[in-house]
Amino acid sequence: MAATAETVERVNILAGEKYKYGFVSDIESDKAPKGLSEDIVRFISAKKNEPAWLLEWRLKAYRHWLTMPEPKWAKVSYPKIDYQDAYYYSAPKSMKDGPKSLEDVDPELLATYEKLGIPLREQEMLAGVAVDAVFDSVSVATTFKKKLEDVGIIFCPISEALVRCPDLVRKYLGTVVPAGDNKHSCLNSAVFTDGSFVYIPPGVRSPMELSTYFRINEKNTGQFERTLIIADKGSYVSYLEGCTAPMRDENQLHAAVVELIALDDAEIKYSTVQNWYPGDENGKGGIYNFVTKRGACRGRNSKISWTQVETGSAITWKYPSCILQGDNSVGEFYSIAITNNMQQADTGTKMIHLGRNTKSKIISKGISAGRADQTYRGLVKISPKAEGARNYTQCDSLLIGDKCGAHTVPYIESRNKSAIVEHEATTSSISEDQLFYLRQRGIPQEAAVALVVNGFCREVLQQLPMEFAVEAQKLVGISLEGSVG
Amino acid sequence: MLEIKDLHASVDGKEILKGVTLSIGKGEVHAIMGPNGSGKSTLSYVLAGREGYDITGGRIIFEGEDLTTMEPEVRAAKGLFLAFQYPVEIPGVPNSTFLKEAVNAIRRFRGEEEIDAIKMVKMLREKTKALGMADEMLKRAVNAGFSGGEKKRNEVLQMAVLEPKLAILDETDSGLDIDALKIVADGVNRLRSPERSLLVITHYQRLLEYIVPDRVHVLARGRIQRSGGKELALELEAKGYADFAEEAA
Ligand SMILES: Nc1ncnc2c1ncn2[C@@H]1O[C@H](COP(=O)(O)OP(=O)(O)OP(=O)(O)O)[C@@H](O)[C@H]1O
Ligand SMILES: [Mg+2]
Repeated sequence: MAATAETVERVNILAGEKYKYGFVSDIESDKAPKGLSEDIVRFISAKKNEPAWLLEWRLKAYRHWLTMPEPKWAKVSYPKIDYQDAYYYSAPKSMKDGPKSLEDVDPELLATYEKLGIPLREQEMLAGVAVDAVFDSVSVATTFKKKLEDVGIIFCPISEALVRCPDLVRKYLGTVVPAGDNKHSCLNSAVFTDGSFVYIPPGVRSPMELSTYFRINEKNTGQFERTLIIADKGSYVSYLEGCTAPMRDENQLHAAVVELIALDDAEIKYSTVQNWYPGDENGKGGIYNFVTKRGACRGRNSKISWTQVETGSAITWKYPSCILQGDNSVGEFYSIAITNNMQQADTGTKMIHLGRNTKSKIISKGISAGRADQTYRGLVKISPKAEGARNYTQCDSLLIGDKCGAHTVPYIESRNKSAIVEHEATTSSISEDQLFYLRQRGIPQEAAVALVVNGFCREVLQQLPMEFAVEAQKLVGISLEGSVG
Repeated sequence: MLEIKDLHASVDGKEILKGVTLSIGKGEVHAIMGPNGSGKSTLSYVLAGREGYDITGGRIIFEGEDLTTMEPEVRAAKGLFLAFQYPVEIPGVPNSTFLKEAVNAIRRFRGEEEIDAIKMVKMLREKTKALGMADEMLKRAVNAGFSGGEKKRNEVLQMAVLEPKLAILDETDSGLDIDALKIVADGVNRLRSPERSLLVITHYQRLLEYIVPDRVHVLARGRIQRSGGKELALELEAKGYADFAEEAA
């Protein structure tokens, strides 16, 4: 797997910051005090040298957040979150604090990388080991960077975008997911500390897949990412997010926001493989993954396609959605959600048809094992003006064992008579027959389960870019280990 | 090769096999015939180690090793293959992926090098062709939407790819048209070798004209009631199983 553009970019930034801002000298000063207040929001904004409008925007979000109730409609349960018992700003640890070599890295973590087939050098990078390899990659980075710059693509951390192209950020930030959309997105708006910005100029096809392959690595800053992708007229980009390496994360709440904007004839393909730490078999630990992702097909004939493979997190609360505003625009949602042990997932999508002849397609594959519980929750909304709108939804659930649960909750609101909305749902379980058949051919039990599940998910896996698909397939196997007795 | 001694087995607490004794030497072909419900498939499942088929007495020795407590995949890796009477569909898993997984799982178990993708494709294509199957069958999901005969052919393809030491064919001839029967029988015959043994379960003497057995056994009421040469199959075809039907339940 290639170290993709941003991977290397992140590494450069780390290295750069060390020099530019003298982060090495005093680690403590890079951590804001525990808890959340207006002062903390100001602190974050100041640390990042943000323009005044953004501070105002953050403060407004913060004040609104104070008044918002926790969303309660999802089928997940967790104890009340103590927002004051967390850190909201913590700069990347200096290289000095990180593990010096692979010997210093948790062997269990390395074993997992091994299983995923991640090459050693990649392992070093993933584990945050500051080794020469990182610097070796600088030349690679410049090639990528140059290639992207040559065609006018802007791809950088959002804080850098505020310097490079503040007007673009200001024009689009919060226009798809308004700060007050929900409590989690509101919190993100107030305290986001990191994230990517992508701008694809008119008529440009990105010459490579863009990726945040690396971000998951930075334990202390990845909690409130904010991603903004703008595909200008007639452009195309495929963006990969996440990392297949599990993260031992001591922090609990992960509330990211992703906004996509596709103008006329533009297409954005956004793929996620999410494998945050799911907690142990008894449900201890793990990430609360409360993420708001939404794309706006603003232009005619535009297209946004979400593909997600969700295997990690203790709780997943996530509904990548499409607002189909432009006539003939297309929204797609392909999802695999795997929950094992005590994991909970409430995930799905919203397809909001506003324009004429807008089309959406939803393919959801849910796999539940152990004592896990998951829900597909999807909304298909056809507005009165969405003449000729079409939706096709297919939700399949696969159960492994008899202590897990799967639920499908489709909401359909059609206010245009010419619209066609189809919904299909199935629930099945892995059969003893299938497992015996595969084992009789020499395939061990766990590999047999993985094979059947991969077959079940095939339609969605096929949507992923090649390298990602291979990793995702392996991940499916790993996340279900121990699920069949 | 295979030594079954006084084998008793139950399903859901009901005894189906009531003392089966059978011995198959290296390179031999044995046929088992018998009325519906007499326990032929049960015997094949017990040999392959299916869960829920409990051995309550007797022993199975395969290549000098006691099989009774071995996992199904271990038996497979040791060279035991079962062509299913009712092959199972695995939606979404391409036949070629499945075969690749199987071949390499077995090789890993044996401590052998995995076969690389290119060699594998070549090998699969050759074997597919030899069985008169279209390449396209390799891309399709395992048995999903296959016709009855295609499923049976697919079983033989798997056998050809995995090259087992002992293959049990459970009614592989049922559902095949006349031409397919010939092709499949040819496929099986190509695998015959002094090192490989076959246990062929069938209802029809016709198959045994193509795959000529060394011994024919009649399984009825949970036991081998009679054994003989290939002429026994002809006799059964003429007379049916009336001789073995008495004292039925
Ligand atoms: N789970 C089960 N519970 C109870 N009885 C079972 C179960 N499975 C199989 N049997 C019975 O065991 C007997 C033997 O079945 P088996 O499938 O081995 O027969 P067979 O000889 O292969 O028949 P056929 O020629 O029709 O394929 C049958 O009477 C069948 O109904
Ligand atoms: Mg049978």
